[in-house]
Amino acid sequence: MSRQNRRNFQPLKGLQKERTGIPGFDEITRGGLPAGRPTLVCGSAGAGKTLFAMEFLVRGATLFNEPGVFISFEESDEELATNVASLGFDLNELIAEKKLILDYVFIERSEIEETGEYDLEALFLRLGYAIDSIGAKRVVLDTLEALFAALPNEAIVRAELRRLFRWLKDKGVTAVITGERGDGKLTRYGLEEYVADCVILLDHRVQNQISTRRIRIVKYRGTSHGTNEYPFFIDEKGLSVLPITSLGLMHKAPTEHVSTGIERLDTMLDGQGFYRGSSILVSGTAGTGKSTIAAHFVAAACQRGERALFFAFEESQEQIIRNMRSIGIDLEKFVKKGLLEFHNARPSAWGLEVHLALVHKLITEFNPTVVVVDPITNFLAVGDRMETKSMLTRLIDFLKSRQVTGMFTSLTSAASEIEDSEVDVSSLMDAWLLVRTIESNGERNRGLYILKARGIAHSNQVREFLLTDHGIELIDAYIGSEGVLMGSARSNQLAREKVAELERGQVSARKQRELRRKQELYEAQLQALKSQYETERDAILMELDEEQKRLKEAADQQLEIARLRKADNRGMKIDENGARKARKGAAR
Amino acid sequence: MKQTPTKKQRQKSTNGRPQATSEEPDRWNLRLYVAGQTPRSVTAFRNLKDICEEYLKGQYHIEVVDLMENPTLARGDQILAVPTLVRKLPQPIRKIIGDLSNTERVLVGLDIQPR
Repeated sequence: MSRQNRRNFQPLKGLQKERTGIPGFDEITRGGLPAGRPTLVCGSAGAGKTLFAMEFLVRGATLFNEPGVFISFEESDEELATNVASLGFDLNELIAEKKLILDYVFIERSEIEETGEYDLEALFLRLGYAIDSIGAKRVVLDTLEALFAALPNEAIVRAELRRLFRWLKDKGVTAVITGERGDGKLTRYGLEEYVADCVILLDHRVQNQISTRRIRIVKYRGTSHGTNEYPFFIDEKGLSVLPITSLGLMHKAPTEHVSTGIERLDTMLDGQGFYRGSSILVSGTAGTGKSTIAAHFVAAACQRGERALFFAFEESQEQIIRNMRSIGIDLEKFVKKGLLEFHNARPSAWGLEVHLALVHKLITEFNPTVVVVDPITNFLAVGDRMETKSMLTRLIDFLKSRQVTGMFTSLTSAASEIEDSEVDVSSLMDAWLLVRTIESNGERNRGLYILKARGIAHSNQVREFLLTDHGIELIDAYIGSEGVLMGSARSNQLAREKVAELERGQVSARKQRELRRKQELYEAQLQALKSQYETERDAILMELDEEQKRLKEAADQQLEIARLRKADNRGMKIDENGARKARKGAAR
Repeated sequence: MKQTPTKKQRQKSTNGRPQATSEEPDRWNLRLYVAGQTPRSVTAFRNLKDICEEYLKGQYHIEVVDLMENPTLARGDQILAVPTLVRKLPQPIRKIIGDLSNTERVLVGLDIQPR
């Protein structure tokens, strides 16, 4: 309960209230029973009246140090002590500590003859003595109606009851009077007309073969109080009332993230996972791995050292641990460390309200940061859609008020639309993962979608979802010209692509080799040409040299002839230049 | 009207006739519970005394318990109403509540007179 709510439960000024110490009851009465006044607790047989009354005294004695007197008209001291010992109340110890007095008033009608006037002063004296001897602040009369059966004169009984209630008020004790439910009346003998201040009705109802205990404040004069019927139950710790109402939308919104436990899923969620305190719906058809996602989530929380509570409505704890071990998630070690607690029950074990109440109670006791409910759809077996939705709304509100991250799995039927979450709760959820099997080419493959994740920039692509021996693996589904492919189709497609790539690689290698060969070829040819040219050039040069020599010789010869003939030098020079020019051209 | 015959003479009382001849003060052990000296207490005691004197002369013993003074004693005989007359002996225990104004009923209640 948040601080905000507790503030609302402050009693109005003027009316003093006495806390009962019964978990939850003081909240619905906004402080407890009217102090110093009698309260009528009525209900049919087996509704828990005596236990309520006894717990009122025991809690008063143990928690608030207020001694109490229990006047029983139905059960003996020993019977009472034995009956409540199973709830952990040690009456004998309290009696020894002078915190409790049990007084068994036994009236055997057959022993009694009535003649003339009388009153019940002896009862007053007994009660008064008991109250005074331990300074009692609380009194229980269980059940006063036995007086009507025991004493023939109803007029006297009624008059005395009126006096008794007045007297109790004068004594200033807070009294609880129990009464059996009558036909069309709250109590068989109409005790409610004497107790005007506070009337509480306990009810034990069976609906669809499922019993639910409920408590209602019929009347509480001078104060506001919860008017609903609240479920309560009796377990080994006594009675607890669960004031489960919609807490409204006032919860905080943490910005911290929690990992999903699946790396790729975290990256799909902007790399960080869900917001802490958010509610996550995981929906999918049968066998899609919803529970596995939940197991991952829980394991991740425990790995971080946080506490997790797993409500399993389909499988036993052993079964979940075994199944998750097969995919490499060891939940058992977390259970042993006390970080993980399972709560396994069939939905049909209790009514919806009790389930909710139990979930409340366990969460309050265990104080987890992560809660998994697997699956919520099973509640439809117990209640209808409206009831289930209302219950889940309150559960989610409760989780949010405690900033507990909740993951809810929901089984969708294969026939319905995938987005049709069976219990209509998707709008309540902050994030919604859809796991879907996609059937094609004669095989089923799992695909994971994030349909929504409030406040998180999430991936909108479908991922293929594999269950491996080391947990869930998310793989990019093949998205290409062939559409979205998964499973063997995806791996076939990838193989084909690989082959094609290989082939493309081979082609280019061949071309490169060819190029290289061509290059070599041309280079060789170039080399050959060059050497041919050089050979030819050399030959030409040699020829030129020969020619030169021949010309020189011829010139020399002419010079010789000229010298011999004594001719002039003119024609000779020209010939010499011409020979020089030819030489230059060859060298170039 | 049956009762456990522990003594021989007690068997006779089952006949429902007063045993005026034998002098046994403990034969009828009666205890009257009252709460304070109220007119009703006084009436009850006077009525009881009258009846005993008439029907149980010499065989009875009356003890008056004022619960105002001894509230714890109310528990032992399971007293709720006052005045209550308890027949401790002869057994079984019988209780008569009221101011004992109806002699007939007191006699029936005490098994002095058959019903």
